[in-house]
Amino acid sequence: MYRKTLSELAAELQKGQISSLELTRLFLDRIEASNTTLNAFISVDREGAEQAAKVADARLTQGQTGPLLGLPLAHKDIFCTEGVKTSCGSRMLDNFISPYDASVVARFKTAGAVMLGKTNMDEFAMGSSNETSWYGAVKNPWDNTCVPGGSSGGSAAAVSARLTPVATGTDTGGSIRQPAALCGITGLKPTYGRVSRYGMIAFASSLDQAGPMAQTAEDCARLLNVMAGFDERDSTSIDNTPEDFTAALEQSLAGMTIGLPVEYFQEGIHANVAQSLDTAIDELGKLGVQFKEISLPNQHLAVPVYYVVAPAECSSNLSRYDGVRFGYRCENPIDLEDMYKRSRGEGFGNEVKRRIMIGTYVLSAGYYDAYYLKAQQIRHLISDDFKKAFDQVDLIMGPTTPEPAFKLGAKSKDPVSMYLNDIYTISANLAGLPGISVPCGFADGLPIGLQMIAPAFMESRLLNIAHKYQQVTDWHKRMPADYE
Amino acid sequence: MALNEDNVRSIAHLARLSMTDEERGHYTEELSTILDFVEVMRSIDTTDVVPMAHPHHATQRLRPDVVTETDQREKFQHQAPATEDGLYLVPKVID
Repeated sequence: MYRKTLSELAAELQKGQISSLELTRLFLDRIEASNTTLNAFISVDREGAEQAAKVADARLTQGQTGPLLGLPLAHKDIFCTEGVKTSCGSRMLDNFISPYDASVVARFKTAGAVMLGKTNMDEFAMGSSNETSWYGAVKNPWDNTCVPGGSSGGSAAAVSARLTPVATGTDTGGSIRQPAALCGITGLKPTYGRVSRYGMIAFASSLDQAGPMAQTAEDCARLLNVMAGFDERDSTSIDNTPEDFTAALEQSLAGMTIGLPVEYFQEGIHANVAQSLDTAIDELGKLGVQFKEISLPNQHLAVPVYYVVAPAECSSNLSRYDGVRFGYRCENPIDLEDMYKRSRGEGFGNEVKRRIMIGTYVLSAGYYDAYYLKAQQIRHLISDDFKKAFDQVDLIMGPTTPEPAFKLGAKSKDPVSMYLNDIYTISANLAGLPGISVPCGFADGLPIGLQMIAPAFMESRLLNIAHKYQQVTDWHKRMPADYE
Repeated sequence: MALNEDNVRSIAHLARLSMTDEERGHYTEELSTILDFVEVMRSIDTTDVVPMAHPHHATQRLRPDVVTETDQREKFQHQAPATEDGLYLVPKVID
């Protein structure tokens, strides 16, 4: 039962083959049995989950329906959940019980979903390995000595080990797609503005976007149907006509053209990753897709631009943690300044402090033009590259990451080498475009992901091609043997 | 090195972050490495390029200036480290 997709589980519930309570307990037990090794969850809400499942069962018995009625899921611990600890992976919020629900959380509750718990993550979503979490690193279910990726590493590991059928994540520079690739699952970053950021703890507000993580593209579509939509409480929420993201899943791919950027296939890419991509290109070719070589000439500037823009926005967003209204406060402060400095100095981890300081520096008088303004100008060039590319092709494809999961500790001492793991994912955030990572092979027993990027608001096209690809391949059905 | 320890001391003060002397040494090195890494931006000609602050170049939506939030002070102050009579307590600022 635990191997089934969300769509399959929905059918089982509807037929009465299993109750929501049984399903919820099955996954809660799987979480409990594995959490000491995997560390994928920060909080497990057994009581709340069982209660919600009982309510869902009563509604199912009455013949009621709902898009996700009675189906279990997990939320990344970046989403505020009323009455449940919301830590964002930080000591700063270790004592924070959210007084309200994020819009994403509220939407899932309304849809009848049952929240199992909150997943581990890099502190304030800053990291690509989950090693910056105050609660310790998450392990990759395929190899416990490797990282699961980050920052949504807990969600990716939990779906990969089938501790939950699906989970939510957030993606600022690759934080859904990169862990999805490293854990062998499907993860979608929607267009900027698609999903409300209300109650989603802010990191870099012009880049942050929430999205679904699941076994299949079809499940991602079902989740996005619930997550997406206008929210007046998020000032950057886009007011589009509601869309059914499952509607185009079965469309034929004949006549579609995918662009392969030369910059995504250069040196530095692992041999098995390149090989898996070639095989995927062949598979899609059989489905009628045509391929065309394109260029994104400013791609090499994406990571440097990101490490100016994201820290700048983070330094501003994280100024709210002052030890006054909520969160961590240091012991025995001698005066107000000492309280601010030590609460923040002790409450934040190293990576977060590095980024706050980079952001403070690039925004300070005398440096603003040279760094922040310059980065925003180059961001425009990167975005224009995509616009030009989409005049010629329907989609862009390449690897999600240069290599499969790396060893725990391998990059944690060298921030820049860690940052380069997001080299293929960051530009979609800078341009606000939707991107998806889909399992496409293995290298020495570790999963490999392929990434596709679409024009703004073309999630349906991404989900369509990913779904058709998953109908002719079985990479997404494999799960780590230790959790069978 | 892009930064020295005095620079980091002043950045940390602006960002209200405490740190030990040893930590300051590490940060000086790490922050310099990151700033060296982003240095490549300088070689790019961006004359007449408009800065991009928002992915869809959208402007902020306006709403009528009316009260929409209800008073939940007790609920919110429940999260605070120290409160009294509905006020947030901090170390003494004025003698």
